[in-house]
Amino acid sequence: MSYAQTRTQTKAGYQAGVKDYKLTYYTPDYTPKDTDILAAFRVTPQPGVPYEEAGAAVAAESSTGTWTTVWTDLLTDLDRYKGRCYDIEPVPGEDNQFIAFIAYPLDLFEEGSVTNMLTSIVGNVFGFKALKALRLEDLRIPVAYLKTFQGPPHGIQVERDKINKYGRPLLGCTIKPKLGLSAKNYGRAVYECLRGGLDFTKDDENINSQPFQRWRDRFLFVADAIHKSQAETGEVKGHYLNCTAGTCEDMLERAAFAKELEMPIVMHDFFTAGFTANTTLAKYCRANGLLLHIHRAMHAVVDRQKNHGMHFRVLAKCLRMSGGDHIHTGTVVGKLEGDKAITLGFVDLLRENYIEQDRSKGIFFTQDWASMPGVMAVASGGIHVWHMPALVEIFGDDSVLQFGGGTLGHPWGNAPGATANRVALEACVQARNEGRDLMREGGDIIREACRWSPELATACELWKEIKFEFEAVDTV
Amino acid sequence: MKTLPKERRYETFSYLPPLSDAQIARQIQYVIDNGYHPCVEFNEDSAAETYFWTMWKLPLFNCSSPQEVLNEVQQCRSEYSNCYIRVVAFDNIKQCQVMSFIVHKPGQGGSSYRY
Repeated sequence: MSYAQTRTQTKAGYQAGVKDYKLTYYTPDYTPKDTDILAAFRVTPQPGVPYEEAGAAVAAESSTGTWTTVWTDLLTDLDRYKGRCYDIEPVPGEDNQFIAFIAYPLDLFEEGSVTNMLTSIVGNVFGFKALKALRLEDLRIPVAYLKTFQGPPHGIQVERDKINKYGRPLLGCTIKPKLGLSAKNYGRAVYECLRGGLDFTKDDENINSQPFQRWRDRFLFVADAIHKSQAETGEVKGHYLNCTAGTCEDMLERAAFAKELEMPIVMHDFFTAGFTANTTLAKYCRANGLLLHIHRAMHAVVDRQKNHGMHFRVLAKCLRMSGGDHIHTGTVVGKLEGDKAITLGFVDLLRENYIEQDRSKGIFFTQDWASMPGVMAVASGGIHVWHMPALVEIFGDDSVLQFGGGTLGHPWGNAPGATANRVALEACVQARNEGRDLMREGGDIIREACRWSPELATACELWKEIKFEFEAVDTV
Repeated sequence: MKTLPKERRYETFSYLPPLSDAQIARQIQYVIDNGYHPCVEFNEDSAAETYFWTMWKLPLFNCSSPQEVLNEVQQCRSEYSNCYIRVVAFDNIKQCQVMSFIVHKPGQGGSSYRY
């Protein structure tokens, strides 16, 4: 049986020594298989290292290779297990940078383990001496591997059915100040937001269980706020109870208590906690009917530099595999067009079932999710009512729009602040469905709604039509 | 500064002033344009945990104009004026419900509802 289209081993026997990676791992004639995991790396080699050698080195060091030949290489079928650099593409406008396309055989990876996949593909290779910098731009996950993952605990459709909200984006708010409130005061802020018309409120990522507010006290007061606001308004309410903890046992204990309190949703910081913890929590949430909101603290440490680390679209794909029903994606509004296209690229990768390759959006590979549930995109931070038309236009219905300061900072308090956002949201959705252009007429739509909603009128006076204009860090 | 009154709400579009028939018709047009199947449903109470309201007839699978749906809404209103009525939409490609909005409340126009 042959797994390879090329043969690397000869019958010449064992020859000790260091040989060029490209002899074994650069295979431009290789046609990737449907079952291969494909990776696109942005490689900046050290001066003088040829592209073929650098690309092959990445393939080798992220799969079967070691710096020198070892006799035990001859006890295995290298052609079955080695990663292959099958294409090299110089990056336009950069004098020493190229994209290396690498194919990894499916057998290299443990079923259902994002942790194992990342340990293999981005484990050692990023510190490799022959490279100045290395960035993982995208992964193509083959259907055969995807089918070993359960993905999001519920997904977009089941979430909508559970919380009974259709045909519009959801509204959220992170409770502030993020640290220092007592559990009861915190619960009061939650109640006021929810009774005003928000669907969700959120624990900030660094609220775990500190001396001023232990997790169990917070959960109890928040549960009271949710039950009361739900009974009063007749709408389903939720609060992302942060279950992130120092150990998996503590994490699960918190999730179990949320379930006991009949809470609809919990929250986790997938990147600081790690993929193993996250997949464990996702499994628990699926088995216990809890939705799972995912925060992404620490992501910018690895995804911000253009030439080193890994792009957020890779983390987003990993999260969809590991499991989460919501994940933060950034807000886009006010940013440059390039940034917007790239953000919408990974928003597609989170929500859709089949995404075509589109390099203008940074999508290097066509990805088939094989009906794995989708993840809601969360836009949060620095947004207010005037941004609503653009947010509805850009993110569409399957998103959570989170106004923190934009709710709590309302001159009349949380509940009127929440109403202002809800009115603006519904006015925009109504107008969009009627065929109006939100980008062009957004301001008019908001002003029309101000005529009958004093809460919205007050918000619109406080926050003028602010624009955020910074240079895009993230470009194709 | 004003205190926000305690008010019952009914999910999507319940923070807008009650929709006129012309506005309802434009939303139904959106349903039809997207290839969804509209349906009318009603219920005596509007508790958050009540997922299923009673269907007013079957979904309008072959409907081609908003007026057809609006006629059903009006018939439902006259027969069940003491009930909440909403229009929902199903997407058979996504295999799920995709829209729902309130079109009638008991005692509509009264002081129980501010907008």
